Amino acid sequence: MCLAIPGKIKEINDVPNMGRMAKVQFGGIVKEASIEPLPAAKVGDYVLVHVGVAISIVDEEEAQKTFQYLREAGELDELEPESMNQIDTES
Amino acid sequence: MKYLSEYRDPELVQQYLNEIKATVTQPWTIMEVCGGQTHSLVKNGILELLPKEITMVHGPGCPVCVTPIHIIDKAVYLAEEKGVILCSFGDMLRVPGSEKSLLEAKANGADVRILYSPLEAVNIAKQNPDKEVVFFAVGFETTAPANALSVLHAKRQGVSNYSILASHVLVPPAIEALMRDPETVVQGFLAAGHVCTIMGLEEYETLPNKFNVPIVVTGFEPVDLLQGILMTVKQLEKGEHKLENQYTRMVKPNGNPDAQNMIHEVFTTKNRVWRGIGEIPMSGYEVRDDLKSFDANIKFDVQLEDTPEFAGCISGEIMKGLKKPMQCAHFGKECNPSNPLGAPMVSSEGACAAYFHFHQSHSEELV
Ligand code: SF4
Repeated sequence: MCLAIPGKIKEINDVPNMGRMAKVQFGGIVKEASIEPLPAAKVGDYVLVHVGVAISIVDEEEAQKTFQYLREAGELDELEPESMNQIDTES
Repeated sequence: MKYLSEYRDPELVQQYLNEIKATVTQPWTIMEVCGGQTHSLVKNGILELLPKEITMVHGPGCPVCVTPIHIIDKAVYLAEEKGVILCSFGDMLRVPGSEKSLLEAKANGADVRILYSPLEAVNIAKQNPDKEVVFFAVGFETTAPANALSVLHAKRQGVSNYSILASHVLVPPAIEALMRDPETVVQGFLAAGHVCTIMGLEEYETLPNKFNVPIVVTGFEPVDLLQGILMTVKQLEKGEHKLENQYTRMVKPNGNPDAQNMIHEVFTTKNRVWRGIGEIPMSGYEVRDDLKSFDANIKFDVQLEDTPEFAGCISGEIMKGLKKPMQCAHFGKECNPSNPLGAPMVSSEGACAAYFHFHQSHSEELV
């Protein structure tokens, strides 16, 4: 029910009394969503859409951090050298 | 699909699991608050892969599951007796009321419609000016802007035959209520990422200190969940309790202020009863007085007796993390997704239904 998925804005239209509406692409599907809560959203942005309303713009820079987290946690290096080695060889 | 599949990468999942195993030295009990996270943990088999020291318990974060029986009865009454077009999200239709579910009302001829978005309900109202249209507006903070926006759209367009039956619940008061419970077993929380996308982090800032409990705002994909668990375990092992944000690609510290404004334009905070748990102070949204013509509770003054839950259902204990679904005598027997006796068996985000589906596809016992 709280499912929200990221999609790419393809087109933005101003609809009278409804505010900014966008066509958002999710894989092969395009759906209409309100982007009224995201005044800064523009065509090409990835937005998180929940029940027909876009609630957040994906922060591309932050999106990388989940992949870097293990390597940046340098303290683990000292604590568990073995597990870090394992990660290095696997990646 | 961008920003989804990368977070399901099996190799990265394995690396996070290795790191959790290397970090944990003693048993810890962590609660994921949101039903979407419960669903993802169970569906992706993560509960089985975690080291045995970590017990995940499944919080009250399924809005469908915690909607009280009398509100479902009210929705059924509006559809059957008042002839309204009753619209809601699909999950809501199968939840048992005291006599029947909305799906049964639909089978008996009531006009009950499943919608993807509340904004569609306003269009239905415009297309049916001689009918009343009610949207059964359930949800956490994540869904509140969409439900609020439907009211704002109706107001701006002068659509007077539209109203909402609000059953909105809020996460921070539920975390407080859980931690105040003397029986609580929860030592750390994964907070619901999508809720914080809207509300930001401020409401959570005082909670870790108040209850000596780490809180990590976490996303929904396997890698997100494992990173959230790792961050929580690290704090627990070091004896720390602070608020951290794993889901930074979606959650900004101040949330989405425009979405918050929409919520405040339409809703006000009130006490609310949670099915299986009871009343939690200031834990829900109701439609503001100045918009009462859009509040189905006021538009259709329906007084129904409150009916008790099925007495054998232990959903309250499950949602507090005290028991697992398999410890219910009815689990998978009289109570199953085709015949749910309690709400957590209805929605795929409810703990009982998530465990039931998991048992169908895997033969191993989950303890
Ligand atoms: S299995 Fe059914 S009766 Fe038992 S706790 Fe879950 S929903 Fe309630």
